[in-house]
Amino acid sequence: MVTHEDGGGHGHQHQPPSGFIRKYVFSIDHKVIGIQYLCLALFSVFVGMALSLLMRLHLAWPAAKLPFVTGGQMTPEQYLALMTMHGTIMVFMVLTTAPQSGFGNYFLPIQIGAADMAFPVLNMLSFWTTFVSLVVMLCAFFVPGGAPIGGWTSYPTLSALGEIVGPGQGAGETLWIVGLAIFCGASLMGALNFITTLIDLRTKGMTLGRLPLTCWTWFVTAILGLLAFGVLLAACLLLLFDRIGGTSFFIPGGLVVTDQVITWHKGGSPLLWQHLFWFFGHPEVYIAILPGMGVASHLLSTFSRKPVFGYRAMVAAVCAIGFLGFCVWGHHMFVSGMSPYSAFAFSLLTMTIGVPSAIKTFNWLGTIWGGKIQFTCAMLFALGFVSLFVSGGLSGLFLAQPSLDLYLHDAYFVVAHFHLIMGVAAIFGMFAGLYFWFPKMFGRFLDEGIGKVHFWLTFIGVYAIFMPMHYLGLAGNPRRYSEMTAGPFLIALQPVHKFITIAAFITIAAQLIFLYNFLYSLFAGKEAKEENPWHATTLEWSIPSPPPFDNFGGLEPVVYHGPYEFSVPGAADDFIPQHLAPNLVRKA
Amino acid sequence: MQSRKPQGGSTSTALAFSVFLVVMTVVSVYIFWAKIWWFPKAITDFGHEIDSQFTRTFVITGIVFVAAQFGLAYAIFKFRDQGQKATYFEGNNTMEIIWTLGTIVLFVGLGLYARNAWAEVHFVGASPGALQVEVTGQQFVWNFRYAGPDGKFGRIKPELVSASTGNPVGLDPTDPASKDDIVSPVIVVPANREVELIIRSQDVTHSFYVRELRLKQDAVPGMEIHMHFTATDPGDYEIACAELCGLGHYRMHSILTVMNEPDFEKWEKDQEAANQ
Repeated sequence: MVTHEDGGGHGHQHQPPSGFIRKYVFSIDHKVIGIQYLCLALFSVFVGMALSLLMRLHLAWPAAKLPFVTGGQMTPEQYLALMTMHGTIMVFMVLTTAPQSGFGNYFLPIQIGAADMAFPVLNMLSFWTTFVSLVVMLCAFFVPGGAPIGGWTSYPTLSALGEIVGPGQGAGETLWIVGLAIFCGASLMGALNFITTLIDLRTKGMTLGRLPLTCWTWFVTAILGLLAFGVLLAACLLLLFDRIGGTSFFIPGGLVVTDQVITWHKGGSPLLWQHLFWFFGHPEVYIAILPGMGVASHLLSTFSRKPVFGYRAMVAAVCAIGFLGFCVWGHHMFVSGMSPYSAFAFSLLTMTIGVPSAIKTFNWLGTIWGGKIQFTCAMLFALGFVSLFVSGGLSGLFLAQPSLDLYLHDAYFVVAHFHLIMGVAAIFGMFAGLYFWFPKMFGRFLDEGIGKVHFWLTFIGVYAIFMPMHYLGLAGNPRRYSEMTAGPFLIALQPVHKFITIAAFITIAAQLIFLYNFLYSLFAGKEAKEENPWHATTLEWSIPSPPPFDNFGGLEPVVYHGPYEFSVPGAADDFIPQHLAPNLVRKA
Repeated sequence: MQSRKPQGGSTSTALAFSVFLVVMTVVSVYIFWAKIWWFPKAITDFGHEIDSQFTRTFVITGIVFVAAQFGLAYAIFKFRDQGQKATYFEGNNTMEIIWTLGTIVLFVGLGLYARNAWAEVHFVGASPGALQVEVTGQQFVWNFRYAGPDGKFGRIKPELVSASTGNPVGLDPTDPASKDDIVSPVIVVPANREVELIIRSQDVTHSFYVRELRLKQDAVPGMEIHMHFTATDPGDYEIACAELCGLGHYRMHSILTVMNEPDFEKWEKDQEAANQ
């Protein structure tokens, strides 16, 4: 374990491990682990996108023969398997890993002036556990019956009764649950590590009030993870017992499936799963989006050359969102048969969570207001994040009202809502972070020209995909339908589905441009010779690109300033790095 | 260190961004406003109430949406890098308090306002004279049971369920009360009379959803969930399943037929006769 007893400036350098395996595979260096997480997320996001493309093609042209589909024309169970795996992979392997475990792992220790995470071996373990969980989940595609068809929410009794209720609900579903349980373990280890690191390893002068907002969001996200994944782990184990141990936590008695009486289960409640799942599931939304908020705040300030507007209010809002995030899970269950009185309480709490979200939006506008906006790709994605956050967030005010949810629940309105806010906005946060930090991580810039093309196609594309889904929802189109052929009103909506599919095709194609940019820039991009090419203020910009093994060369940096000292009156430069001693700040 | 040069294409990028935001906002709101894709006409008083609450919510969120996107568009263009110096301010507590209180009033107020419609459907039960219909979801069909002339639902048993032999809900023939029960794959109800649904499921969770009623209720295994409505407009309305229930989820649908009272009585008689 890395020790930090040698503060006060005369540290010793930690030697990097030699040998490929210790350096790049089973590394305990938080930077390597961060990159490993990002690679895992990058692989997963392309898998997830490929699945969604197949789904979209099938929805627009149900009779079409598709590549990679056994039998050519997609069956309903194949569609639902793709849907389940798309949701699972995107939520867990992309939205949970990249913003927090990827960027957070790499930059949290550096931004607080630490040489590594608090528990480097645990850190390595949590990555490899995540990797195992991904492998287990992907195996579900290759077992008899195929991948599960119960959706990423995996409601019992569909998920509990086994193959009898549908193909994929046998071995595929079991692998899914086991994979998810393993993932919970990995996330718990990661969360512990993040919390300890932030509390214990902040360098001299790095008070809580000087923490970059990115670190605040990683910190709160880790707390959410610690409290939420434990519950999901328990739920997964109970569900597993129901499936293979003959218990009945989620299965009531007297069930009949296709004329076969289920005699071996009784006394359970399907609603119990929903409570446990959403007690995790709603905080999970914030696990995905909070780091994006942190990155957006960070970049809006950096590229407007202005301090963050209302730093304390931003921190308070992040904490409020984290806290309220645990009090609103019932809004996923308004039509579930849960008590209507608690539904009303959940509704009001959900409306309340709109308040800190609105505060953040106001403060983002306040941050760029009166600034000097530099349109780097990173900034474009950060600005895009704000726009998407507003668009995706406001539809939540409809869904938070149980009376309106009676109509909109499980319709495409919901699909539009959560994709915009939790999917696309979070991904914009990641893109923003990647364009910003790429030179620090790899010593080369992502190409800004290609990056702009990527940004515009993606920004316009995601609106073209997800805005029309609101209209489908207004028309009452239920989600999770493998084709829209069963009723006249659905057939009438088919042109909208075709439009969405075309938009999705173009947007996904645009991600290949990104992939090209990523790979090209990694090896042949413009070199980042300066330590601080963006003229940013936080500690990662005070060390070489890429940073040495122990980040600060064995020294402990000292922090003198807040994180967003841009355009300070009286200073010659328009930024004051956090580590710059006050007597070294050049006067105008 | 010299201060950073303006990024190339700063004005054109700013302009493009702002124009896109404005166009996106206008087009999105217009499509909502013009009701190009919209709810079908509601057939209950409750449905009309939902529509008004939707409109209220739409107006409020619409104003916030337009203000936020336009504000963003304006700021992006106005404050683009033209070599100026950014103004230095770290926040404004008065403004924070104002917009915090403002959004609390707006959002929580909206939530409180929505209580009435919810209370009407869920806090109050059906009146005693309501027509009771039991709704049973099973992979991938709906069945509807009427108590028949005796006004009593007969006993059902899981082990008697046999869709293939015409007893999809498992009526127990040894119970006299079950003899006159009517089981139908479609639901027919009289107009202007309250109907109470008793919603249940035999296997997995389904969801009973009729757009024109503005109602949706999960059918949960092991639970009997009550819901009530009074339809005013005769006609045929689609029932969809709104909770993922397996591979046939997309085709699990049925029809709700609302008839005038005399037509309904005739339909009931015909069903009873067919039952003999």
